[in-house]
Amino acid sequence: MWTWFHRLASPPTFYRLADRFSPWLAVIAALLIGYGLVGGLVLAPADYQQGDAFRIIYVHVPAAWLSLSGYVAMAAAAVVAIIWRIKLAECVVVAIAPVGASFTAMALVTGMLWGKPMWGAYWVWDARLTAELVLLFLYLGVIGLNQAFEDPRAGARACGLLALVGVVNVPIVHYSVEWWNSLHQGPTISRIGKPSIVPAMLWPLLAMTFGCMAFFAWAVLQRVQNELLIRERRSAWVRNWRLEREAAGNV
Amino acid sequence: MLRAFAAALRRELRVAARHKGDWLLPPLFYLIVVTLFALGGKPNDPQLAAFAPAVLWVGALLSALLNLDRLFRADFDDGTLEQMFLAPHGPIAVVYAKLSGHWLLGGLPLALLAMPLALQLGVPSAVLGSLLAGLLLGTPMLSLIGGFAAALTVGLPRAAVLLPVLVLPLIGPVVIFGAGAARAAAAGLDAAGPLYLLASLLVLGLCLLPLAATAALRNSFD
Repeated sequence: MWTWFHRLASPPTFYRLADRFSPWLAVIAALLIGYGLVGGLVLAPADYQQGDAFRIIYVHVPAAWLSLSGYVAMAAAAVVAIIWRIKLAECVVVAIAPVGASFTAMALVTGMLWGKPMWGAYWVWDARLTAELVLLFLYLGVIGLNQAFEDPRAGARACGLLALVGVVNVPIVHYSVEWWNSLHQGPTISRIGKPSIVPAMLWPLLAMTFGCMAFFAWAVLQRVQNELLIRERRSAWVRNWRLEREAAGNV
Repeated sequence: MLRAFAAALRRELRVAARHKGDWLLPPLFYLIVVTLFALGGKPNDPQLAAFAPAVLWVGALLSALLNLDRLFRADFDDGTLEQMFLAPHGPIAVVYAKLSGHWLLGGLPLALLAMPLALQLGVPSAVLGSLLAGLLLGTPMLSLIGGFAAALTVGLPRAAVLLPVLVLPLIGPVVIFGAGAARAAAAGLDAAGPLYLLASLLVLGLCLLPLAATAALRNSFD
């Protein structure tokens, strides 16, 4: 198993594997997001209390989930990068940060747009909102730190350490609606067994969530591939890769 | 281990005694920031006392950021720090000593200075106790988080710009509970809850952040 793990973590193998998988991820993401958007924005019935405004959950909830799970993934990659010093994991840390930051920003913006008609204010100083904002700052800190380093390997490891220290924030965001008396509504979906939402609303939401996950993975894979090419630009496999592409006539 | 810590701390204090500007400037900056805040408001506005905990906390944070960049830099640039890491006791005693030195010369004076400043802002004297207790528990946390961020950026040319961006999000909970304790006391409630939370944050930080700072410094060496 370890040899398999090491082979997977070697840049050329991973690059080829990512090449093979990312079109599939893109197709899955497009299909699921397409169905989710039509099903959520057009076909699903309006909420009895919130009217059509509830439809923002089809963007807001997947974005918020991914902002958190993206951070956890980044921290997990950081552990691997720091302990085993695997180059690929360093690239993953650096690649997740901008994608996660955009999902966090999306969750915040859609939440604000929804908050104005529902709560009467774009922003309230509430535990979950504040913690999500701090999450955005953490992502931006990782991006800024990485850009400040000249040596990409030292930069990625520094980012990994920062991501690990910031991981305390994740449970705070996740449980904030249960720990504190918050204006933000409680979870709707996480109750296993019987969700408190009708199927016509639920299926598009699940489709959107998995579609966004696929998109997230696709975007991260693209970034990891670019990162690998830049970092390994002097190595033999990148030269061969270039020659192959030049021979095929698409450079 | 303890002897190594004491020796490193003595060295920190001796170096600081010879560069007085480094640790005299942050309190002066604090004084000016709080005064300007009061000048920006209406003269003798009773609202000022309501905002005082937030102003005093944020002012202390910003002042402590001023000399953070210098915490490891001088020793890093001339190679002293790398030699200290090779010492038989290992680097952790040195990192603890540096962070303690930063608190003794940076955080502690700021926490004490906050008392006259609080009176200047019209904070009732019943609140002073919980304000001071909060600052005494919170400013070490600032040295710990700030020290970690300074260690991350020690090899970088423009660290001074990056430091606040790294430190301020992480310090959020400390400000919430610290200023929260003072606000609870001002409302006549028990300030013990937020103070206990602050103390538990400090214990967590004391155990883990010096390790993270050591790892970050090691990363900067190679």
